[in-house]
Amino acid sequence: MLSYSIKRLLMLVPVLLGMTIIVFSIIHAIPGNPAQTILGTKATPEAIHHLNASLGLDKPLYVQYFTYLKDVLTGNLGTSIQDNNAIASEIWPHLAATIELSFAAMLIAVIIGVNAGIISAWKKNSVVDYIAMIVALIGVSMPIFWLGLLEQWIFSVKLNWLPSIGQTDITSTVAPITNLYLVDTLLEGQFGQFWMVVRHLIMPAVALATIPMAIIARMTRSSMLEVLGSDYIRTAKAKGQRMGWIVYKYALKNAFIPILTVIGLQTGLMLGGAILTETIFGWPGIGLYVYNAIQARDYPVIQSGILIIAFMFIMVNFIVDLLYGLIDPRIKYR
Amino acid sequence: MSELLLDVANLKKYYPIKQGVFNKTKETVRAVDGVSFKVNKGETLGIVGESGCGKSTTGRMIMRLIEPTDGKVIFEGQDILNLSKHEMRKVRKDIQMIFQDPFASLNPRQTVGQIIEEPMIVHKMGDRKKRQARVQELLELVGLSAYHAKRYPHQFSGGQRQRIGIARALAVEPKLIIADEPVSALDVSVQSQVLNLLQDLQKKLNLTYIFIAHDLSVVRHISNRVGVMYLGKMVELADSETLYREPKHPYTQALLSAVPIPDPENKTKRIILSGDVPSPAHPPSGCPFHDRCPVAKAICSEEIPHLRELADGRLVSCHLVD
Amino acid sequence: MSDSILEVSNLRTSFFTDDGEVPAVDGISFSIKEGEILGVVGESGCGKSVTSLSIMGLLPHPQGKIVGGQIMYEGKDISHLKEAEMRKLRGNDLAMIFQEPMTSLNPVFTIGEQLTEAIRLHNHMSKQEQNNRAVELLKLVGLPRATELLKEYPHELSGGMRQRVMIAIAMSCNPKVLIADEPTTALDVTIQAQILDLMLKLNQETHTAIMLITHDLGVVAQVCKRVVVMYGGKIVEEGDVKDIFNHPKHPYTEGLIKSIPDLYSKKDKLYSIKGSVPKPGSIKKGCLFAPRCDYVMDKCKEQVPELLGSGHKSRCFLHQDEA
Repeated sequence: MLSYSIKRLLMLVPVLLGMTIIVFSIIHAIPGNPAQTILGTKATPEAIHHLNASLGLDKPLYVQYFTYLKDVLTGNLGTSIQDNNAIASEIWPHLAATIELSFAAMLIAVIIGVNAGIISAWKKNSVVDYIAMIVALIGVSMPIFWLGLLEQWIFSVKLNWLPSIGQTDITSTVAPITNLYLVDTLLEGQFGQFWMVVRHLIMPAVALATIPMAIIARMTRSSMLEVLGSDYIRTAKAKGQRMGWIVYKYALKNAFIPILTVIGLQTGLMLGGAILTETIFGWPGIGLYVYNAIQARDYPVIQSGILIIAFMFIMVNFIVDLLYGLIDPRIKYR
Repeated sequence: MSELLLDVANLKKYYPIKQGVFNKTKETVRAVDGVSFKVNKGETLGIVGESGCGKSTTGRMIMRLIEPTDGKVIFEGQDILNLSKHEMRKVRKDIQMIFQDPFASLNPRQTVGQIIEEPMIVHKMGDRKKRQARVQELLELVGLSAYHAKRYPHQFSGGQRQRIGIARALAVEPKLIIADEPVSALDVSVQSQVLNLLQDLQKKLNLTYIFIAHDLSVVRHISNRVGVMYLGKMVELADSETLYREPKHPYTQALLSAVPIPDPENKTKRIILSGDVPSPAHPPSGCPFHDRCPVAKAICSEEIPHLRELADGRLVSCHLVD
Repeated sequence: MSDSILEVSNLRTSFFTDDGEVPAVDGISFSIKEGEILGVVGESGCGKSVTSLSIMGLLPHPQGKIVGGQIMYEGKDISHLKEAEMRKLRGNDLAMIFQEPMTSLNPVFTIGEQLTEAIRLHNHMSKQEQNNRAVELLKLVGLPRATELLKEYPHELSGGMRQRVMIAIAMSCNPKVLIADEPTTALDVTIQAQILDLMLKLNQETHTAIMLITHDLGVVAQVCKRVVVMYGGKIVEEGDVKDIFNHPKHPYTEGLIKSIPDLYSKKDKLYSIKGSVPKPGSIKKGCLFAPRCDYVMDKCKEQVPELLGSGHKSRCFLHQDEA
């Protein structure tokens, strides 16, 4: 397991380097001169030349890249054009908001999706199976913005059960420690605030969870069906084992590799910022942050946002790879 | 009968195992480790051995479906391992293969006619009309009917599928057929039909067979000479009568005694070998069989025995046989 | 027949597919006595495996169903037992091993976890006792390094070792009947010899009755005392192994024996049964073997012969008057 993990870790290095190269080139792929873009169309040639020099844009590309790489490695992501703040400190709260939302959504998607898939496979061709799969089909094809608006209309407007927008109530601010509000409120012992944060989280999490949940349910079903037909399941039955136990303990562990792959991909996508969900629910996540930067043509922020999103994606896949090794003892040897 | 068709000399296939963080080659699996044999025109050479002994790899290397690591394969006087891809294609026309799983080796989306015709198209034989006439002829040759050409593989039983596989192999009029476990997926009653067919075809078309199988009775039935493989090496090679009547190598003896005889009166004492075949990545020192051999002596773990000819013409690789 | 532990009478099992009911086992009766080894021989599709799955209550659900007959285990009909009741028998009184040792063990659990499972299910034992029993079982089936093996995964073992583990699992609760479905078919000859030897040894030591299902007549001749030959879901011949091999009564049995190439003497041409095994349900009238039979008579195409005889029974019109 250790050698496997080290190998995976070493394989991350070229991937991460490749990622920085791509993100670095984005700024050069933009039409026109970055300095021009930053200063606007009315800038004098001297001002542009001056800015180019101060940004190091007059140096050869590889020098620029290594400067960029050094900055990234030392945690310097540059400053935002809009407000001149250091991006590195500005981006974390947004990222934390997205992580919190993604985690909640994934939890819902996995718990419901996996169980629905299991029961569908177990009771194949039964009414339960048909209902679950029809619901999953609807889930996959449901536009998020529509579902989000529907939720807001029912649970906020009509029933007034849940807040429709934001990460917290406007009147109540959570003192940031980690910026993960669920953690922060608990650390401070503010259980009332914790509940408030949870209530804000429910609707966007459910909206965000729908599609992954449906995908996970379908993947679980097909993967479980394959496993349930295998010889070792018959062996377990021949021992006199209970079906429930066989399904949940025996079959699930075997069926979990493809499910895990889907979970990993979906988590990666979520961490990339669920722009739709974040926009509808006014959730100050990284998606919204980058979206606003794009609106304002704030290239350093866009560049850093993409870098962080790509990094998260790679890390999720790395973790998934490690989990493969934990679940299936045969993988280490490949 | 004595004209040489194929001469395989010191054939080897080594697979490196890459391990660890930097994919370094830590060890080598010696799948086939220096196998030599000759095949004469019109005869059947049987190759037996247990799984992992390298018999299938050997068969595939003769057709260069697997590239050998070392050795010579001399077919009709030329070493085919030196041939270019283009030249090799011509040789492939003369050497054909029949596989174990008749279902997996037939394309389910092609009709039987297309399947049998395909090798003729590949080797640019005749025009369309001639090829189709040949397909009909082949189908009847292997005991099917001309109208079967329009059907798909799934409409046939296992035995019939194997007949289709044989017809496909025969389409290009090969000189040598390598049959890799051709009957092991079939039921007993069908197995004998296919064995008989192979024998009839051999007589009719003057074919040469290399018959690779794990079933010792089947191999004996069809082969003129039989080679026994163990851990990538040929341990005994002899005339099939001689080999089965009086096996010399202790492994051949154990293998033969392990075969359950379909005769309840015959309950001869079996030699039961202990343990499993060792991994070809870590073959035992000296004779590869010494750690399971019931008669092993000190020399067996020290020196690798070589295949040598005994007075009666058979080849054995064992220190203790003279 | 008072000492028979398992008695199957007139068992009929069908599969219900989109094309309707397909009879896989069509009215078979046989019994297994305490401590004996009964061979069940037949080619693919003859219903031998379905018979074993019917006994174990492991028919694929919901397609496979027992539609008639009885399976008496220790005097009680278990053919329609409730799942919870059946579970108590499975793995405890009735155990089973399968053809494919490579796929019959769960790849992601250790040998120890899989071996102690059946012990834990049917006995009250502490963790330590379970482990001791597991080690004892591995030694019983002739596996070295028993203690370390418990922590290993199936892929680290060879096919022969895995089949030994399967046997250890099956033997873990001292079953009265062990059903072995083609236990050596996927193994090499030398390993097959080891496994058959082990099964004989276990049969003698523990007095577990074995129902050995196989297509290999050689295995039957070497291991079994009594043999049942199946064809097309029916028993076509039954009797003592010596009678069956020396004087087969049913043309099918005779054909099977003659089609095997001989290890000791070379025949010029093998006998072969013409045609191939019919699909279940495809022959509606007469003896199922009639289309392939060398001795076929007009009568055979119209009527189904009964399984008749005392001791050595056969289902063939050639031998009906002997009974």
